[in-house]
Amino acid sequence: MYAQLVKTSHAKTPEQMSDEERAFQARIDRAEKIEPKEWMPAEYRRTLIRQIGQHAHSEIVGQLPEGNWITRAPSLQRKAILLAKVQDEAGHGLYLYCAAETLGISRDELIAMLHSGKMKYSSIFNYPTLTWADIGAVGWLVDGAAIMNQVPLQRCSYGPYARAMVRICKEESFHQRQGFDLMTNMARGTPEQKAMAQDALNRFWYPSLMMFGPSDKESVHSAQSMAWRIKINTNDELRQKFVDQTVPQAHYLGLTVPDAKLAWNEEKQGYDFSEPDWGEFYDVVAGNGPCNKDRLDARVRAWEDGAWFRDGLSAHARKTRERVAGRIAAE
Amino acid sequence: MSEDRFEYALRLGDNALILSHRLSQWCGLGPALEEDIALTNIALDLLGQAQLWLELAGAREGQGRSADDLAYRRDAGAFRNALLVERPNGDYGHTLMRQYLFDAWHIEALSALARSADAGFAEIAAKAEKEASYHVERSAGLVVALGDGTLESHARMQTALDALWPYAGELFVGDALDARLAAQGVAPAAESLKPAWDAATGAVFAQATLTPPAAAFAHKGGRAGRHTEALGHLLAEMQFLPRAYPDARW
Amino acid sequence: MSSEWPLWEVFIRGQHSLNHRHVGSLHAVDANQALHNARDVYTRRHEGVSIWVARASDIAASSPSDDGPRFEPADAKVYPHPSLHDEAGSA
Repeated sequence: MYAQLVKTSHAKTPEQMSDEERAFQARIDRAEKIEPKEWMPAEYRRTLIRQIGQHAHSEIVGQLPEGNWITRAPSLQRKAILLAKVQDEAGHGLYLYCAAETLGISRDELIAMLHSGKMKYSSIFNYPTLTWADIGAVGWLVDGAAIMNQVPLQRCSYGPYARAMVRICKEESFHQRQGFDLMTNMARGTPEQKAMAQDALNRFWYPSLMMFGPSDKESVHSAQSMAWRIKINTNDELRQKFVDQTVPQAHYLGLTVPDAKLAWNEEKQGYDFSEPDWGEFYDVVAGNGPCNKDRLDARVRAWEDGAWFRDGLSAHARKTRERVAGRIAAE
Repeated sequence: MSEDRFEYALRLGDNALILSHRLSQWCGLGPALEEDIALTNIALDLLGQAQLWLELAGAREGQGRSADDLAYRRDAGAFRNALLVERPNGDYGHTLMRQYLFDAWHIEALSALARSADAGFAEIAAKAEKEASYHVERSAGLVVALGDGTLESHARMQTALDALWPYAGELFVGDALDARLAAQGVAPAAESLKPAWDAATGAVFAQATLTPPAAAFAHKGGRAGRHTEALGHLLAEMQFLPRAYPDARW
Repeated sequence: MSSEWPLWEVFIRGQHSLNHRHVGSLHAVDANQALHNARDVYTRRHEGVSIWVARASDIAASSPSDDGPRFEPADAKVYPHPSLHDEAGSA
């Protein structure tokens, strides 16, 4: 989802597990939370670092497509809402980096891996926000998809990650509501506004479906993640749920989902829909989306330009400690 | 009389609006996550204050203009902010120095306005004063830490101080409108705020090992709508959507 | 790599609460900045009244599986030392 394509091995059978691994799996099966100090398989730790880290990176990079419209927000109220939303995303990134740090990696190391391309962020943030309606689409569809994934993760096995998810879920529901409210306003506005809203849906629909990751049948290995309750639902399960929830919302707005094959399937009690273009998905993940370079450049530049600030504050703190120590020594 | 109050509320509202806008340009691009969040909080506080002041201005003007009308439909010549707040962000040090110079004035101005004979002004000022006292504590702390940090942070803060000092003086130069409102007990005389500002900033710069320029020259014109080139570009971006789609509601 | 700001744990007692609750962590150079940052990050929705911060490295924790005879007792530090750069970098 926000952490797509996190690979694990095949799930071990009990016979293949060591004593520690069996006891660990039993704890997970009893729905116990694993905390930072406790024994965990190396692959569990590695997988969580990758998943939580990429989730954190997604929040931080995710600030940029919305940040693109802050200075052009068309009313003071909308500007305040958007500023607060982007600020919330910084906070979410912060909670998640801190959760990842409990696994024995520093925030600086995680950021270095993002900047070098060793770690990724959600593919959706490589798409541009071209109109004000896109801000509504991001809240409605992108946050909507994120919530779909984050709500079950509140029950994931790793304590710090589950707790971060609880905090994030509380704030995320505001975001989706505000995005939907913006879309409603546009869809019921002037003809130009309505056209903008439809255009936003046209461009964000399939990329939002891609957020859930590839189809289960050609999916990367996630059996071990599921066994360890780091991943709770399959990609297709979540994608289906998202479509079923979102299509009626589009109808309410009077907008058309850009999928000629979209149809209610009475037997499965859900919508049949077209798969996104997975070729495009892999292109974007490989670095060839519309905004990959710009997004990463912006983050790298912000980090590098900010080094003197971080170092300056560290230096002052050190000087202060030394002065205090000096005064105490003189007494 | 209410024309004066309308004008004065615009000055306060435009300061907050333009400065908030400048800060919001940093969103997602700050030097550290915690700092990004903190700066955005300041931007949000100022935006809230701008809404209150501009609503008050519209009420005093009595022609039915809302805060959004005033923010999005005036051209640069009708803006009444001090020149300091429209100066470009520059590097982060420049942004923080601009913030401190403003915050140190703002806390004095709001503290005086909280005792205004006009209840509308007093009420908003009292609310804003609480926020401003947090803002100035924060920005002063950062000026000190970065001024007395590394050689590089010191150099950047000194450069910023040198560049922005000529814009600070305008805050303390009163015009006839200021004098009329001061006489009515509605607003403080601009000059009256300078001694406290001098004392506070002097102490902070000393602790920060920074030296304010000796020159006393101050750029002026904001209150009269004579702005720097920066404001036109800022407004072109800020006001684009309502101007391009004048019938739309957002 | 920049000079890292240390990690702090944040505890907040809300307006109608009796106790401080652990709400998360953040990075700051010293306690003063940590308190300011905590106010900005963890009370953005006016949740908090009293804020405590403590360096993560100062916090001692009990070993939850003390009763498990198979396992090595964990040391007193809350988090392992950061050294897993290679692990996270691989696929």
